[in-house]
Amino acid sequence: MSSAKPASIDATVELLKNGEYIADRSLATVLYLALKLGRPLFCEGEAGVGKTEIAKVLAATLKRPLIRLQCYEGLDVSSAVYEWNYARQMIEIRLAEAQGVQDRGQLESDIFNERFLIRRPLLQALEPHAEGAPILLIDELDRTDEPFEAYLLEVLSDFQVTIPELGTVKAAQTPIVIITSNRTREIHDALKRRCFYHWVDYPDLKRELEILKVKAPGASERLSRQVVGFVQELRKVDLFKSPGVAESIDWATALSELDVLDLDPKTINDTLGVLLKYQDDIQRMQGTEAADILRKVKADIAAQPLG
Amino acid sequence: MDAQPGTGESPSGRLATNIVHFARTLRTAGLRVGPGQILRAIEAVEAAGLQKRDDFYWTLHSVFVNRRDQREIFDQAFHVYWRNPRLLEKMMEMLLPSIDAPPDPDKSRELSRRLQDALSPGQGEAPKDKDEPPEVEVEATFTVSDREVLQHRDFEQMTQAEIDSALRAIARLRLPMPERRTRRYRSSRRGAKIDFRASLRRALRPEGLIELRRREPRRRPPPLVILCDISGSMARYSRMFLHFMHAITNDRDRVFCFTFGTRLNNVTRALRYRDVDIALAKASAQVEDWSGGTRIGVALHEFNNKWSRRVLGQGAVVLLITDGLDREGAAGLEEEMERLHKSCSRLIWLNPLLRYGAYEPKSQGNKAMLPHVDEFRPVHNLESLAGLIAALDSHAQHRSDRRLTGWQTELRKE
Repeated sequence: MSSAKPASIDATVELLKNGEYIADRSLATVLYLALKLGRPLFCEGEAGVGKTEIAKVLAATLKRPLIRLQCYEGLDVSSAVYEWNYARQMIEIRLAEAQGVQDRGQLESDIFNERFLIRRPLLQALEPHAEGAPILLIDELDRTDEPFEAYLLEVLSDFQVTIPELGTVKAAQTPIVIITSNRTREIHDALKRRCFYHWVDYPDLKRELEILKVKAPGASERLSRQVVGFVQELRKVDLFKSPGVAESIDWATALSELDVLDLDPKTINDTLGVLLKYQDDIQRMQGTEAADILRKVKADIAAQPLG
Repeated sequence: MDAQPGTGESPSGRLATNIVHFARTLRTAGLRVGPGQILRAIEAVEAAGLQKRDDFYWTLHSVFVNRRDQREIFDQAFHVYWRNPRLLEKMMEMLLPSIDAPPDPDKSRELSRRLQDALSPGQGEAPKDKDEPPEVEVEATFTVSDREVLQHRDFEQMTQAEIDSALRAIARLRLPMPERRTRRYRSSRRGAKIDFRASLRRALRPEGLIELRRREPRRRPPPLVILCDISGSMARYSRMFLHFMHAITNDRDRVFCFTFGTRLNNVTRALRYRDVDIALAKASAQVEDWSGGTRIGVALHEFNNKWSRRVLGQGAVVLLITDGLDREGAAGLEEEMERLHKSCSRLIWLNPLLRYGAYEPKSQGNKAMLPHVDEFRPVHNLESLAGLIAALDSHAQHRSDRRLTGWQTELRKE
């Protein structure tokens, strides 16, 4: 059975925490509103800050089915909403011919029948589910083109789609919709206005440490502190792609697998590929610059050990 | 939460009024806040409750903020307004008359200038132009005879009157772009793929046979990104190019315009105003480095880091308008050019210096940039603009430029 939606903002923070997601209060507030008022949540932010994760955690903790629509350029109704199973329809026509069915109206309703309907994520999300309203994750919306965005506008305001041959399908329960965007393109205001907007930022030092404690339990306290300090400093450098939370989790896990207890410049050089994904960035950070940052981080830790 | 805004009355009471006033403040500050959002905000505040100031902040934030760059404005407005709504009400009262009247001083000035033009037609503008039937489209060539003289004249040597008519010619430019295949389909007689859905619908007609319907990929012009140099060495041209960018921006969708001198400026929004005078005034107000030095490398770096991922998707074409004379000895320029070249589908460099027949890529900037362009063209008079337009047409696209390939091989050898 599904769990009930959280009753307050504090309960939302708690809920996410149970799903091993350390959220700041701003995110919890927006999420609580989205759940309570049944309106979509629009999350924007750099890659790897945990936008998609919100939906997954929510599905796990509320025990709802997660329906994911991964967006890409050229995504259209037939791969996002529904499609007819043409091969089976053709067979049906042949069979009808063989049986000598003459009534065209009969044939039409036989062919465009729910049996031959292939349901894609958006349609699935509107159907009744035993566990309660499902969670619909529309991932990386910025990758589609404007026409699909416009179509989505219609779906998200009325929660219904129209299939010309069958009629209108209206949502049994309003699904919980989470939309993410990496901002490779500006999403139209009209769509955003229907949602609660949230910019998912990089976490601060304290919260990132908490995240590592939960997500990379293998890493020692000391190592985690150094990793977070280093990554936080790295984000201040003008890089083509700053490391996200996902990267710092990966790095901490990788380092603990390598039995590293204390960061040193050589280890950083060897494992920098986990943190930075562009050759220019890696080249720039390798050597003295990384060593300088590490020295600064260690000095900071010595100056104010975390209480 | 302070006790002031909400006194426990019904939400339609003081709190609602305060939210409405707050929304108006935001609107005056430039955020687009409509009545729908105000209603939604009241509803959201009601749902979230008013226990903590922070929650209240994020609740309003989630409704009123739509873009990342609006966060700062919201933040300031929130702290000013909700600390002391009284104070702000007073400020609003003082502000209100100017909200009702158009607050734009330059608008009225522009209007009056045009009014002057209209009253004294003898100066500046030739009145017969106005009687001419409006030309709907001029493609690649300028047909009207008195413009022919202008075609070969360098922008740099034009008189004011000539500049004015050149600007009118530019305003009529239509830029054809080679259309790119999208991943969407439309029905077509000779398409390569079968449209099953249409075929089956068709099969239900009384004729009986299943007649195959076909489909083909839809085509659409790619996004266009214009990076325009407005430094001192380009000063005489930059006004022309602004007009050029304005004409293109208003002619098609997905055009992004940037200017650079010592820093990069995104003037896309300003140039979207249909009225050319307003658009240019807005763009000029935004740009602070008119006729200064050039730091092409720095500007391109900023573009690559901040904007390339946002505007270069879906097969974008880049027009880079610059003379390539870099103040900083082309430091880092080559790397940035390479990255730019690799992240767009076609990079076209427009260089006014190319008008000199004896042009050779001698300066460091030119040497660094030339290996990384797909096309290299002059841009100094109306004819070269027309030439550019012809080049952007799909037919000319594959014709390689011998001079360019020659220079490129030479530079590669060095």
